Amino acid sequence: MATTTTVVRAAPRRLPRRQAVEATRRALTHLLLIVFCASCLVPFWWMVASSFKQDFETFMFPPTWIPLWPTLENYDKVFNSIPFWTFVVNSAKITTLAVGGELFTVSLAAFAFARLQFKGRDAIFMLLLATMMVPGAVTIVPLFVLMHQIGWINTHLPLIIPPMLGSAYGTFLLRQFMLSLPTELEDAARIDGCSSFGVYWRVSLPLMKPALATLGVFAFMGQWNSFFGPLIFLDKVELFTIQLGLALLRGRYYTSWSLLMAGSVLATIPIVVLFVFLQRYFVQGIALTGIKG
Amino acid sequence: MAATVRRKRFRWRDVEGYLFIAPHIVGFLAFMLLPIVSSMYLSLNAWDMMSPPRFIGLRNFQQLLYADRLFWQVLGNTVYYVVLSVPPSVVLPLLLAVLLNQQVRGVSIYRAALFMPVVTSALAVGLAWAWLYDGQFGLFNYVLSLVGIKGPSWLSDPDLAMPAVVAVGVWQGLGYNMVIYLAGLQGIGQHLYEAATIDGAGRLRQFMHITVPLLTPSTFFTLVMGVIGSFQSFGLIYIMTNGGPLNSTNVYVYYLWQTAFGSSRMGYAAAMAWILAVIIFIITAIQFRLARTWVHYQ
Repeated sequence: MATTTTVVRAAPRRLPRRQAVEATRRALTHLLLIVFCASCLVPFWWMVASSFKQDFETFMFPPTWIPLWPTLENYDKVFNSIPFWTFVVNSAKITTLAVGGELFTVSLAAFAFARLQFKGRDAIFMLLLATMMVPGAVTIVPLFVLMHQIGWINTHLPLIIPPMLGSAYGTFLLRQFMLSLPTELEDAARIDGCSSFGVYWRVSLPLMKPALATLGVFAFMGQWNSFFGPLIFLDKVELFTIQLGLALLRGRYYTSWSLLMAGSVLATIPIVVLFVFLQRYFVQGIALTGIKG
Repeated sequence: MAATVRRKRFRWRDVEGYLFIAPHIVGFLAFMLLPIVSSMYLSLNAWDMMSPPRFIGLRNFQQLLYADRLFWQVLGNTVYYVVLSVPPSVVLPLLLAVLLNQQVRGVSIYRAALFMPVVTSALAVGLAWAWLYDGQFGLFNYVLSLVGIKGPSWLSDPDLAMPAVVAVGVWQGLGYNMVIYLAGLQGIGQHLYEAATIDGAGRLRQFMHITVPLLTPSTFFTLVMGVIGSFQSFGLIYIMTNGGPLNSTNVYVYYLWQTAFGSSRMGYAAAMAWILAVIIFIITAIQFRLARTWVHYQ
């Protein structure tokens, strides 16, 4: 009781002080955020700036934040010393087929697990989920052996076909999403004589668009940035993906940091462009995983 | 008559369901279940992929556990990696999320900046940081030189290489875990904070007694995923240090990769993989057990 009266009486006089405290708090928040963001962005700036430097400038002390003698020579070297465009085409081909296929197979399976009744449905779904726990390291060796036996080593097939046939994670994500959607439209379509596939294709798939976009950007990111798979399945340089191909810059020449940075910039550009335009889906995707997990 | 019709329809319903899941199930059987099962068998064999596999029972496991000193060193390195990387990966993003959740201006810009490293490939990140760490001309040692410290050659020093790589891994994952926490923060009712303010609780107490306990499901998620992920780190190690110097950053999956694809010891590598699976499984199970004591579901 006593405290309440004090507060009420003191409130008008305290107000300016409170505002000052509030302003300081906000300023501190911004300051901390700026420090963290800078620490996230400085390496990128360093990468981009170095990629436009001539070699001698990378060995200057103190280092320069903005190239004093900017040059495109490193990019020229990337384009000319390795089959850069071949790598881009390989990566684009693998990524498109893998992601496109995955979205199709996974949405089919998710539709069945969420909307259709069939024998063993829940048991099969649980089995799929259980294998999500198995670390990738366990399957990689036998997977390599399998690919070796069917003659798929040094082709793009091991990088395209397995992801094309879907991931348990994707099926799970889309099934959960489907379960959160109302079924009225689908029921109406069925009454109008739509087959199950018709319902899936004409009604459910369009409704799943936001979840498909989320899954799509993540699958794209995973495929484009993937390193381990290409490293294991590909030996021939002309089959390399962009990540693997740019790693070639590392050993083949003496360490030219400016050249390596030009390579890194080129490997990063497509994904950053995608991120800038589809930021919302990246954020939603993670948020979904976190909540379900 | 009616019964047969109904039965037929039932069967069609099943077939239809199987057709829908068929592509996914084929992939699952061929590229998930088959490898898991054959990996068990493979781990009981000695096989170099040239001569036919030779069944040797549990000898791979025996050798790994009792005779392979590098295996134990690598396991130690991996645990070291996990211990160094998990705490900051769990705590720092929590603080960032709380800062971002203050309704400050420019949230989307901050969030985008913090998220940039997440979308960048291990190759680009690894190369850029290797350059930052460069002993002679790297940016870090330049900054250290400003305060009169002669910086070391980070990635060639057996004591420093691991923490240096871990720092990059943590840096890369900050934005991801931050978004997980942000989603968790959305779920905490504003009325709790209002009630606490009326009761006279300051910001710090609100943070400790409302935010932290109610975010524990998110914390648990980042913790479990962080442990699983860091036990399997590979890309940054491959690009930045190749496991060196002196095997000081040789971690589990890197050694496994060397064993299988460098020295073609497929059975031995499969055995290693199963030991890792068991370790991860046990640690995860313990975490779920312990979760009962500290994770609060609303």
